[in-house]
Amino acid sequence: MTRIVLALAQRALRNALRRPQYLAPLIIFPSLFLAVNTGGLERTTELPGFPDVRGFLDFQLSAAITQSLLIGGVQAGIAQALEIEGGFFDRLATSPIPRTAIVFGRVLATVPLALFQVAAFLVIGLAFGAHIEGGWAGVALVLLIGSVAGAGFAAIGVALALRARNASLVQGIFPIAFVVLFLSSAFFPRDLLSAPASWIAAYNPLSYIAEGMRNPIIASISSEAVLEGLAAAAGLLGVMVGISIAALRGRLREA
Amino acid sequence: MRQSVRVVVALQRRSLNEILRVPGGAVPGVLAPTIFLIGLSGVFGAAAQLEGFSGDFKSFIVPVGLLQGASFTGAATGVNLARDIEQGWFDRMLLAPVSRTTLLIGVVASAALRSLLPGIFLLAVGFSIGVDWPGVLELAIATVLVSGMAAAVACWATALALKFRTQQAAPLMQIGGFVAVLFTTAYAPAPLLSDWLRTLADLNPVTRVIEGIRQGFVGDVTWATTWRAFAAMIFLQVVLGLVALRGMRRADG
Repeated sequence: MTRIVLALAQRALRNALRRPQYLAPLIIFPSLFLAVNTGGLERTTELPGFPDVRGFLDFQLSAAITQSLLIGGVQAGIAQALEIEGGFFDRLATSPIPRTAIVFGRVLATVPLALFQVAAFLVIGLAFGAHIEGGWAGVALVLLIGSVAGAGFAAIGVALALRARNASLVQGIFPIAFVVLFLSSAFFPRDLLSAPASWIAAYNPLSYIAEGMRNPIIASISSEAVLEGLAAAAGLLGVMVGISIAALRGRLREA
Repeated sequence: MRQSVRVVVALQRRSLNEILRVPGGAVPGVLAPTIFLIGLSGVFGAAAQLEGFSGDFKSFIVPVGLLQGASFTGAATGVNLARDIEQGWFDRMLLAPVSRTTLLIGVVASAALRSLLPGIFLLAVGFSIGVDWPGVLELAIATVLVSGMAAAVACWATALALKFRTQQAAPLMQIGGFVAVLFTTAYAPAPLLSDWLRTLADLNPVTRVIEGIRQGFVGDVTWATTWRAFAAMIFLQVVLGLVALRGMRRADG
């Protein structure tokens, strides 16, 4: 099983790396938002209730990382849907391998990509004057939460692809991913959000994931924020892998 | 002349038919700007408490949503043209006894018309969540500027579609308008922007258009802001129109 999962993950990763049009949006879109948010709203750090931060860029870094990881999840879903459309999925389904390896392989392939995404945004942030208050331990924690969250978002994409079986439909969820992110505390402190965003943000796992990654960047490491972030990311991964496997079984029954 | 007008109208009708026949294709472009408006105002609404902001954040951000809608519509026009090129339909258009300029005007005018759809949807939702009513004249100015910007972005997207001749160039078409709209006074008045963004916004003609649309939603209409907005829009249309027309003429093969 492990060998097959690794082989499928390797294949998925190789395919992703061969297509720059796949990788470019992971960095370009969140970087543009990061630049505009930081340039346009840097004075908001003066608002009463805003946490003590060195700059708005430091605060926004985890939002850009979360956004990039979400786009990565959509891309993983599109890649899975393309394999269904192209017939590769059917060939896998008829081969003598554990079927769940199809889901695990795809999800595992996003882990190195997620590590790359997190590292890229930390480097971009540092290059433009951000600070990581948690030091190297903080960097390691951001990478850890980011990689688990990235895998969780990929599992959402895979579940959708197995249900929709159509790449353009999966692409259509892109704006919805943005809505869910907006309804979290990824971009702004929870206490300063307006209703209903503030109510929803309290229950949105993305809030905890973004805050978990933000904590080691803007302050000395707080075990509570980091553990909540990690738990939210791991919970999302577990639930979505379960849903993906259920969708896979449903798809195989229909085939 | 009459013949040209008929061709332009026919191309507009074809473009509207696409909305009726494939409504699912139009949904993301209609929904996205409204999502953007609701999301941004919910998240960054507290920014309006900063000194230098006038009005509430929702009303301030409406022009950004309207121009995002225009930008998505303009880009979609380019993507549709690329699809027509891939499928050979555009070659048949080139063989028709119609000037390239008329073809371009038809394609671009359809974008201008279609941009009203996301705009109307966004305003309907916006007014229902508390965006200030700007007044009829102000709304008329905003409508012309939004349609005009959709036409300008459609010229950009058409030029790219004619250059790359594939739908895979879609991200390039989308990102141009997206960036042009955001690197302005989209989120905050100029004095509140960071220095680098203020410089960029000052050079960006879309800033004038955003401020022209924003009149009425925030503050009063002034002649100075209005003529600058229209001048910037016409400048963009002429420059990008010439680039698109060059591509259209080269499409003769």
